[in-house]
Amino acid sequence: MSNSNRNLKRIQSSLVWRYRAEKAFRWCGVVAVALGLLAVLALFSDIIIKGKGAFFATYMQFEVTYDQELLGIDNFADDQQLIIADWESLYKSALRADFPDVRKRADKRKLYALVSDGTGYDLKARLLADPKLLGQSEIIWLLADDDIDTYFKTLLDGNAYTARLTDNQVEWLEQLDGTERMRLQFNANFFNRGDSREPEQAGIKGAVIGSLLTLVLTLILSFPIGIAAAIYLEEFAPKNRWTEFIEVNINNLAAVPSIIFGLLGLAIFINFFHIPRSIPVIGGLVLAVMTLPTIIITSRAAITSVPPSIREAALGMGASRNQMVLHHVLPLALPGILTGAIIGMARALGETAPLLMIGMVAFIADIPGSFTEPATVLPVQIFLWADSPERAFIEKTSAAIMVLLSFLILMNISAVWLRKRLERRW
Amino acid sequence: MQKTATLDADDMADSSIKSSVKVTNANPLDITDEHVTVGSYEVNNAKMSIKNVNVYYGDKQAIFDVSVDIGKNEVIAMIGPSGCGKSTFLRALNRMNDTVDGCRVEGDIRMDGQDLYSPKLDVVELRARVGMVFQKPNPFPKSIYDNVAYGPKIHGLADTRVDLDEMVERSLRRASLWDEVKDRLYQAGTGLSGGQQQRLCIARAIAVSPEVILMDEPCSALDPIATARIEELIEELSQNFTIAIVTHSMQQAARVSQRTAYFHLGKLIEVNPTEQVFTMPEHALTESYITGRFG
Repeated sequence: MSNSNRNLKRIQSSLVWRYRAEKAFRWCGVVAVALGLLAVLALFSDIIIKGKGAFFATYMQFEVTYDQELLGIDNFADDQQLIIADWESLYKSALRADFPDVRKRADKRKLYALVSDGTGYDLKARLLADPKLLGQSEIIWLLADDDIDTYFKTLLDGNAYTARLTDNQVEWLEQLDGTERMRLQFNANFFNRGDSREPEQAGIKGAVIGSLLTLVLTLILSFPIGIAAAIYLEEFAPKNRWTEFIEVNINNLAAVPSIIFGLLGLAIFINFFHIPRSIPVIGGLVLAVMTLPTIIITSRAAITSVPPSIREAALGMGASRNQMVLHHVLPLALPGILTGAIIGMARALGETAPLLMIGMVAFIADIPGSFTEPATVLPVQIFLWADSPERAFIEKTSAAIMVLLSFLILMNISAVWLRKRLERRW
Repeated sequence: MQKTATLDADDMADSSIKSSVKVTNANPLDITDEHVTVGSYEVNNAKMSIKNVNVYYGDKQAIFDVSVDIGKNEVIAMIGPSGCGKSTFLRALNRMNDTVDGCRVEGDIRMDGQDLYSPKLDVVELRARVGMVFQKPNPFPKSIYDNVAYGPKIHGLADTRVDLDEMVERSLRRASLWDEVKDRLYQAGTGLSGGQQQRLCIARAIAVSPEVILMDEPCSALDPIATARIEELIEELSQNFTIAIVTHSMQQAARVSQRTAYFHLGKLIEVNPTEQVFTMPEHALTESYITGRFG
């Protein structure tokens, strides 16, 4: 009796300890999760705060006259005329009309610098789309230069950034703003233009299309090869030293730094096979090689997790190995395989380093139209913009990160959705 | 030991069991390397005939020199303590052991005189002729209909959809599952109860009309009522099929089988009519086992 009493006391005293340890452990977990969430929150809010400005651009209102004599155009079918025409004179004359006091050459240049360098082309496009405007004049909102854009956005925030503007320019701008002729508009250019040296003209579309083309190719190459390799290794290959060797190598490849794959692509695909650089084909090839190990490993894990009883049932019914795999193992492993593939694709979408090696880091203003046109991809675009000196690229960089992140989140959600959708219980 | 199995005198005569040489050992519980199976391991109308079979897992030998015949339309039960090799032996009969890495089968296994391990034999065809029911019910994660229709489909047994429907219905009826599932043929087979799932697996196995059905502890995961239903089913099926059943339960062996084979440490100790095994076993080891001295 006394013996069991003593045991009970000991158990009770140890219980205090155990509960304390458990509580401490739980708190550690909560703190860890909270720190993680905080980091994500800080990252996201920083990006959103910095990047939200990129979705709006400053426009200024002017009256533009499409003067036929100024342009020297009488026939829209004559390409030569269109090329020679002084399109910039359209907005320059509009600016001069508004600020007639500006006489000096240097001051005029500063005045013209208020609107974007690309305005001449924009007005040309507008006139070509609607030739009836020739000889007419209209009141129109013109895209402001990036420095003006920065000035106006900071002005709205209460602390105008004027370091890159002259006193004259600030004066003109205050005049325009005072007459309600400056405003922020949704920046459609950001979504339907390619890269540009001018921040206000730069858009993400080229990089998005480049990423899309590259990823399509990556998927087409790595998905079937990866699944075939996984099925063969898991279901058909004899278990011997060779397959073990291959397995170890695949696992190692998955851990190889991605830039090595870029060097591989440079050495083999470009230098040996002479595939042109900078095009989605080479990017897709390199990323496919990089993604293959991931897809093989996740597919193998998914295939292994199919219960052996299902395999036995199929074989016991007289199914051939092939039928067993195609009718039973693959459908059951598919959710896992797809999840792995999407996660692999998401990694490929976010990959920069190997693409630097194969020339996809070039400045490409045109939106790629096929697999063989020079292109860049989203993460590389971010890298390029982050590297640019213009202040206005800061918000473009963050906005591009937001676009990339939303694609990644979309892919991960679709992975979860697919898994839920296709999962079958047994 | 209560005897519940009914052994027909006709069955006995039909099998015309031969008696074998009885070996006497100094210590009856020792089995030597030269152990010879006692009892009636040969029958006249053998469906399957197993001679001197050894099975190895890598270097380890799991089955030692087993010889036994399985008569046409008989139910033969295999009993023995855990790890005695009875499942391994059963899986040698439809070459399911081929799927196990490092497993090697030596000896001579014939069905209707045809060597099952001949390189000319197609294992897919063999498994269509020798069906198997596993320990844990393992229906495919598909509909009940698709489960039963799978065998006929892959072997191309049904010409039309109507044929297939008939086959499915017939198989489910023979597995006495039809009445319970006829209204939900297109629901998942995995949604059935354990006993129903096992009967579904039996229906799936008999859908391709095999000649032999191997059952590897088919009731070990089931409750007594489900077990009783499966046992009834085995009795009905034995009219058309040859059945070899591995079981942990001696009562079950007694209830369903005509002959019982006792395995011990990979050796086949004794094969005799079930009644005899459970009333007056020839070998001392068998007697120890059925009286519960080990196992």
